[in-house]
Amino acid sequence: MHDITAGHLSAAGHEESKTPYFWVWGALLVLTGVEVILAYKQVFTPLHMLEVLMALSVVKSALIIGYFMHLKFEISTMKWILMVALVACLCLMFTFFADAFRITYLGVR
Amino acid sequence: MADAAVQHGMTDVYEPSLFGTYSKKIGMWLFLLSDSLTFGALLFAYSYGRISNPNWPTPFGKASITNATIMTGCLLSSSLTMVLAVLASKRHDKRWTVNWILATMFFGTAFILLHGKEWLGLIGEGLTLPMFPATAHEGNGILSKATQLVPQFPATFFTLTGMHMLHVTIGVIYLGAVALKKKILPILLVCWALIFFLTSSNNVFHYGVHVLLVAAVVVGMILFLHPKEYDAHDVEVAGLYWHFVDLVWMFIFPLVYLMSTRV
Repeated sequence: MHDITAGHLSAAGHEESKTPYFWVWGALLVLTGVEVILAYKQVFTPLHMLEVLMALSVVKSALIIGYFMHLKFEISTMKWILMVALVACLCLMFTFFADAFRITYLGVR
Repeated sequence: MADAAVQHGMTDVYEPSLFGTYSKKIGMWLFLLSDSLTFGALLFAYSYGRISNPNWPTPFGKASITNATIMTGCLLSSSLTMVLAVLASKRHDKRWTVNWILATMFFGTAFILLHGKEWLGLIGEGLTLPMFPATAHEGNGILSKATQLVPQFPATFFTLTGMHMLHVTIGVIYLGAVALKKKILPILLVCWALIFFLTSSNNVFHYGVHVLLVAAVVVGMILFLHPKEYDAHDVEVAGLYWHFVDLVWMFIFPLVYLMSTRV
């Protein structure tokens, strides 16, 4: 049984460990360092750089949402409804990029 | 799965929440969902401009990237201290809850100051908007040509980063209200007066600082009209907001700064 009023705040009455949060913080700092080095050394072409940086950002945001925002510990209904709605809405915005590429290759008419 | 009934302090018992948690947290998640679409639209607008414009400026040199990296470190560290504040509030340890929230506010304020410095540097180099006060070097700076050639860059850059800076500022004030309650009001007013009277009228923050005055009025109304003792749930909900501003920066930093480095 899940006590909603207390949530997971004092679940089972034991204190939550701080260690995973320090690991997540460390991982986020390391990933940021990797991003900076990749961008500054210009290891990839701009398009590949964008793909790599966005992939790293998605990993970082998953760590923040999952651990810091505690979504990992919420029930599946909450996780799925929130994330599917968010990702679907954001993906719809990709439709505008087709127009941006049209301007790049054809020029503004 | 949540199968318990929620007590609302009334005689009746209601159906359990679909999301298995308390309503304040669901409310904050829904707000964050809508806010992420606002930032999503701004990030996509920036990216659209970048893709469709081959002359997109790359104004961020080593100093800017170092500054932005330190800013990122500040936000990530603030997220850790916020988590520690939430954990302390779960233990009902009021002293450490307040201490960790103050540490979070410190990192947040450091972020705002570093970002302000970054903005002033770029404006000084000629990257500006028509709505900004005119500066002495306007038209002569190394970024003036970029501003004239690609006005979409300063427009999207200042909108996106300004919106984020506003969110961080609101976050620091929100945390201040949770940790310090009415003591935050004189602090806000002193900060507003100091910045307003110590900056010249051609500084972009001379008028921007009125956000603090508006915030002082709003926070004052909330604290005086609805005084309450903030509990662990309130700290957790404030934490959700704070982590969100950190999350948004994880996309702004690579997309705006790292993709426009001037090596």
